[in-house]
Parts: sequence; C-alpha cells; structure tokens
Amino acid sequence: MKLEAGASAFFAISAMSVLLAAAALPVRVRAQRRDFPTRPPGEPAAIERGKALYGVNCTFCHGPDIRGGDGGPSLLRAGTVLDDQNGELIAPVVKEGRADRGMPKFNFTDAQIGDIVAFLHSFTAAGYDVSRMKPPSILVGDAKAGAAYFGAKCGSCHSVSGDLKGFAEKFSDDKQLQQNWLMPGSGGRGAAPVRLSVPPTTVTVTLASGEKVEGVLDRIDDFGVSLTAKDGTHRSFRTSGGTPKVEVHDPLQSHRDLLRVYSDKDIHDVTAYLATLK
Amino acid sequence: MMSLPIWLPSSRGTVANRESTNARKHERLLSVSWFRVFVFSWCIAGGLLFAAADGLDPSKLLKPLADEWTSYSGDYTGRRYSSLTQINQSNVKTLTLAWVHKMTGAPSAGGGRGRGGFGPPAAQTIIGGEGDGTVVVGDALSVKGSILQVNGVLYVSAPDHAWAVDARDGHELWHYFWKTKGGTHIGNRGLGMWNNYLYMETPDDYLISLDARTGKERWHKEIASFAQQYFSTTAPVVVGNHVLVGTGNDLDAPGFLTSFDPETGAVQWKYYAVPMNPGDPGLETWKSLDASRHGGGQMWLPGSYDPETHLYIVGTGNPTPAYTSQSRGEGENLFTCSIVAINVDTGKMAWYYQTSPHDTHDWDSAQTPVLIDGEINGNPRKLVLTASRNGYYFTLDRTTGERVVSSKFSDTVNWAEPELNKRGQPVRNPAKDYHIAGALVSSANGGATNWPPPAFSPDTGLLYVPTAESYAMYYLTETDPRGAMGLGGKEEIGLNATGTFMTAIDYKTGKIAWKHKYRTAGGGGRGASGLLTTAGKLLFGGDPSGNLVAFDPANGSILWHSAIGQVSNAPQTYMVDGRQYVLAAAGDTLYAFALYQ
Repeated sequence: MKLEAGASAFFAISAMSVLLAAAALPVRVRAQRRDFPTRPPGEPAAIERGKALYGVNCTFCHGPDIRGGDGGPSLLRAGTVLDDQNGELIAPVVKEGRADRGMPKFNFTDAQIGDIVAFLHSFTAAGYDVSRMKPPSILVGDAKAGAAYFGAKCGSCHSVSGDLKGFAEKFSDDKQLQQNWLMPGSGGRGAAPVRLSVPPTTVTVTLASGEKVEGVLDRIDDFGVSLTAKDGTHRSFRTSGGTPKVEVHDPLQSHRDLLRVYSDKDIHDVTAYLATLK
Repeated sequence: MMSLPIWLPSSRGTVANRESTNARKHERLLSVSWFRVFVFSWCIAGGLLFAAADGLDPSKLLKPLADEWTSYSGDYTGRRYSSLTQINQSNVKTLTLAWVHKMTGAPSAGGGRGRGGFGPPAAQTIIGGEGDGTVVVGDALSVKGSILQVNGVLYVSAPDHAWAVDARDGHELWHYFWKTKGGTHIGNRGLGMWNNYLYMETPDDYLISLDARTGKERWHKEIASFAQQYFSTTAPVVVGNHVLVGTGNDLDAPGFLTSFDPETGAVQWKYYAVPMNPGDPGLETWKSLDASRHGGGQMWLPGSYDPETHLYIVGTGNPTPAYTSQSRGEGENLFTCSIVAINVDTGKMAWYYQTSPHDTHDWDSAQTPVLIDGEINGNPRKLVLTASRNGYYFTLDRTTGERVVSSKFSDTVNWAEPELNKRGQPVRNPAKDYHIAGALVSSANGGATNWPPPAFSPDTGLLYVPTAESYAMYYLTETDPRGAMGLGGKEEIGLNATGTFMTAIDYKTGKIAWKHKYRTAGGGGRGASGLLTTAGKLLFGGDPSGNLVAFDPANGSILWHSAIGQVSNAPQTYMVDGRQYVLAAAGDTLYAFALYQ
C-alpha cells in the first residue's frame, strides 16, 4: 500500500535478519530503520525448550518456521500471537483448542506453555526479510539467442570486444549485471555499486542570436535549463514559449526506448550472453 | 455541478434529543437538588454546543468548496474544485507571495519571540502521547496532507504534529505534539473537524481529538493494533455525527474503516474490506477464511461522500501478501483494490467495483474517488470517477457501482492483457507478476498515479491526474509459497526511466484530452503533487522539479509558476477578509500566494 512517489520500497526488516545477511553474504545492506519495535529477546533456554515442544506437537500443522503447515495457519501473522504479550492470549487457545477450526486441546503445564510462547515470540514478523532472499540463479536465458539479440539491437552502439570487453567481470552479482545493462546506474540492492563509463547527458541551447551554447546538462525543467560548458563555466537560461531552443542529448535514450520493446525472454537471453563476457 | 446536499445524517438535534432523554431518566433517579446541578451542567453543555457555532458546524461540510476548506478534499465531492474567482486566468500573472511559514516540530516552551525576534510570541507546544519519549523519528518534517481553513485559522498536520496557524499571515497559534510508540511515519493526510473539535490519526494508531481553540487534547482512542503493525496516516472524514477513520498495514492484517462518535470517541461501527466470518460476502473469492482475514484492503486515504444516498465512497488497498499470491487462492480477493460504497448510518456496503481483480502488484485502489453529476449519451448521470494506481481509469455510476466507462491512461503499463474483460476490468497477465530472473513491468511500484489527489473541473468536464510512466524489474525472491508476508517475497529494482505528467481525462469517454509531460533530465524520477482547480479557470499542481505551476485547465498551457521547492501536498485555496489565497506546502514550509496589491 503506502508508497511515496520516488521512495524506495524498503520496509521493516528486522535487525536480526540484517545482521544475518551481513554476516553470511559479502554484500552491503542498505541501512534499514525498523518502524515497529522488536520484542525484548526471550530467555534462550526457554526458547530452546519451547522449540522442542513445538517441534513435537505443533510443527505438523503450523510448520517448523511457524509460517503455516499442513492445514494450520501461519502463526507469525496471527493476531493472537502478535497481540500477545506473555501468553495471556496464546495460553487459552493452547489449553482449550479451537474446535471450530480443527485445533485440538493440549495438556501442557503453564511452564511449558510459557516456553512455547517464548519460542513463538522469538520470530520477527516483517514483510521484507533479507535472510529469506536466496532465490536460485537468475541466469535462465539462452546465451546463443542472447548473442543474436545483442547483434541485432545493441551492436550498433556496443561491441563485446570493445567497450563491453570483460563486462561480466565488473559485477559480483548477476542481478546487478542485468540491471546495469538494461539501464546503467539502476543498481541492484545488496551489491556494491559499479560505475560504468556512461557519457553525461549534454544539451545544446540555441539563442535568438543564433549562438549555440553547449555543455553537460545540470538541470532542466519547463522554465529553464542549466549547463556546465567545456571550460567549466556554469550557464543558465530562462526558457519560455520554445525560446531559446533547447536540445537534450541523452546517451541512454536508446536504453529507455528499448524498455518498450523487450520481451522478458529477450532480457534473460541477453543477460545469459553478457554473463559469458569474462 | 454536483447537486446540493439535502440531508444530513444524525444532526446535532439528535445529540440534543439524547441529552433530553438522559435528562428525563436522571430526573427520576436524582434528588431535586442534584437535578438542579444536572440542569445547570446541561445548560453549560448546551452553551458549549451553542458556542460551537463559531467552530465548524457539520452542516457546513455539505457546502461546495469556496471560502473555507472544511475537509480533506475541501468538500465531500473530492473534486478539489473551488468556486473562488478572485484569482483567475486574467490576473494569475500577478500572483505573488503573501506569506511563508516554516513549521517546526521541536516542542517550544512558549514565551520567546518568533520570526527572528520580531514576530508574536512562539506558540506553546502541548504534548500528548502514549510513547515514553524515547522513539526518535528520523523522517524530516513534511506536510503531505490537506490543511483545513475555518474562520480564518489554518489547521496543519504532519505525523505526530498538529498546528493552528493564522490564515492571514501564517503565524502559529498553537502546536500539539504526540509522543509516539513508533509505526510508519510516511505522512499524515490531514485533520477532520466537527464543531470546535479536531481529529488526527497517529502512526501508532490512535485517533486524537483536540480542542481547535486551544490545541488541548480532549481524548485519544485506539484505532487498531500497533502490535499487528497497523499504522494510521489518513485524514479522518466527518459526516454528520460520524468520524470515519481508516488505517494502514503492510503486514497481513485486514483493512477496516471505523466510525467514531465525534463527542465521546465511542465506536459506532466497523466495516471490514475483507471477509472476516464464515458466510461473509466475497469469501468464495479467497482460498480460505484464514487467507481473507489476513487479506489487507486497507482504506488509507479519505473517500468522498454522497449526501443523497448516505454513501461514503472510498477506495480499498492491495490484498496481502501483496505479490506472492498463492496463499490467497486464484479468486478475485474481494473487496481489495476496489471502490466500495458504505452506508454511513449502518457501516454496511451498498456496492463495490474492483479495479484490480486478484492484484499482484500492490495496485491500491485507494485514490480518493471524485463524485460528479455528469452526462452520458445525453442522459444526466450521478457518477464517481477514479484513476487507479494500476494505470486504468474508471467512470462508475455512484448509486449502483455499475461501470460506465473504463480505459487505460498510461502508455507504458504492461502488467495486464491488452483487452479489458466484460466488466471493464483489466485482466492480469501472470507472466508479468514477477520472475526469478526478473519480469520487466510498468509501472514501478509507485504506480501510474498514487495518493496525490486528482481534481475535476465542471467547466471543462475533465479529470486532472498527476501521472507517471515508469519501469522496474520484478524479481521473485521467495520460492516458498508460505514464506512471504505483506510486501515481501519479491525484489523490485527500478530502471530510472520515469516520465511525469499532468494528464486530463474526459470522463465521458475515458480518453486523454491533453497531457503535459514535465521537462526533466534523463529518467526524471520524482512524482508530481496533488492538484487543485478553480472557477477562475485555473489548475494548480507541483511539478517534479520544485515548481508550483498554474495551468489552463482547458488545454494545459502554463500560465504561472513559482520555484518554491517540491510541493509535498496538493495546492489549496481559501478566502479570508475578501482576499483569495493559494496555499501549498513544500516539505516543512507553507507558502501562501495572493494577487499583488
């Protein structure tokens, strides 16, 4: 739901999963802020005892990770678990069951229920969870078909023996490689940024006198344009009603235009091909 | 022009009747002397109610938008069309700055002089809240909601903050600060008002009522469970003696709208956007009751109100889990991503129309719907218009929900099949949900439009919408269908290729009448602000480059602009002491413009 235009889609990630990811993977994880407070950590011994009880009695229906199993709902997102502080909501359900939903009664002692509650509360409920982001390789395309596509659509500007020589070596992550050939600079979360030598966007301003002023585009909107000329000087012009004439030269325009053309298979094929450029 | 309201539910007379009934009951129970005391206090209460006439009488909320701005959209229609004409096409070039005011969030002790030592004493901060004061909110203060203007006073909000500001010169009258427990502080969409009382939602899920005259808190009530990770950002909408309060959630929790009593804060009814019990309508469109009870559909923006039918017409948000939808089943997942019409007396839904059946892209239909009295094929029709985040536009009958017109308003949107279905809905193409190796999807998550409100001018018959064209790669990251919750399960990486537009849509045909592409460098990126249109034949909006711009609503010609910074709310207008102002917020600062005098 919520999303500000221009904001990135990174939401609550538990501190724990960030730490895990940082420890397990040689990646840079973007700084995260957690909007909702985490519970104070439970007593490790109680969590261990609870885990053992849960494993024998609850896993079958609710899954080992409490995200649901054979017939039982996910407990991680259950209001009864989220709203519970110290077992006051969970204990009655365990003791009395929920006959209407197929949940049997359990004859645990209060101490045992306390341990199970500690185990349930050791999980953090969050939408984004970096620790779970371990998908299979994205290299699913046909490199041969990708080479043909590259020849047809990319070859007029790029060459695998020229500007793209060793292209794949720049990237530690295939997703990052794919994002960067689609649109240099579009990055990819979890990988160190790679700077590609993309020439800057330039602009030509033709004044009423006929004089042409050229430079690197700094800023442009409906009312003005700013540039840095070759000699390093900064020039700005107010624009109104089509004067002065402004022509922007965006080196990535072809990349932008191609977004309307690619099929997903084309993209996967080209990525498989470019991944061979080592 | 929308017909004038003829009916106001549960008028203040009803409140008075309840008081009398109570008085009669007490008469039997109380001794004579106690009865005198009671009558005395009843008179005080009556006096307060009488005094409330200088606040905002709920009947005023029924008036079309003019001098005052009394609710989120200015009036109940959601058109954001002001009848003010002092500022108009012939003189807009002389629109000049009247005042600037920077909102500050720091609690002040009062007493010091504001404005560099020359202004009036700084307003005293009144502090409330359930937090312990240790939660630090990193977000910069930003006004992203509507500002009320009642009796020459502006009521302004940001997450955890409310201010009263003089509408003539921007000086602060009071400041209220809420100590938060946390929650998503993404924005606050504004305050609601009933007589002398204000209502504000907080990110940690409280509805606060303040006395508009002093900023003092009257009470606060829990809206939703903070532990279930609800967060509340929307503007409460006052209808008669109902305060309609939506909330938000990005975990897997049901969306609901609560009606509170404006006097006491007691809950009058709750409407759930998803089936919560066996036998509830729409349950057959979910895999199970457990799925629907966690199915989302949050109403996180204000709706519009039709006084003739007593229907509050509001959009619902995405289903959850948002992207990896296997646990929701193959059905439509009603009533998420829908326009729903709720009877304000009962809290029951009268009709619905789903704009994204079985959504898999977080395409909320939460955008504030716009109510108009229009004409279709020569016949007068009562209509509701919405341009949805999913890139499709809809004209519906606002009494029945029947689809009249629907169309695609984005050139790039590619998540659906080329043809609409028989009900005029887009048909999802599952290949464009996501892919392990990435699916190229338009739009990026922000959508073809988002929360910034549209505007409608009865002079042109056009709906104006801030729109964007963008692409992102959607990667599946969670291969366990039980695994994803909320917005998880996929990684979306944008492609820096956003075009930003002012788009004018003809409600009769769904076709684009004109479209202005804002000039930006390269891929652009930022969105445009919400909109305002006026009988002065003007259309105001913030562009992606930090300009407040006035357009000719007939053709999109630019008539005026001012580089005040990225406009963070929708521009508004009001009239005080015979002078019309145009008001916009850029982050933490308010800018008021008026004609040069």
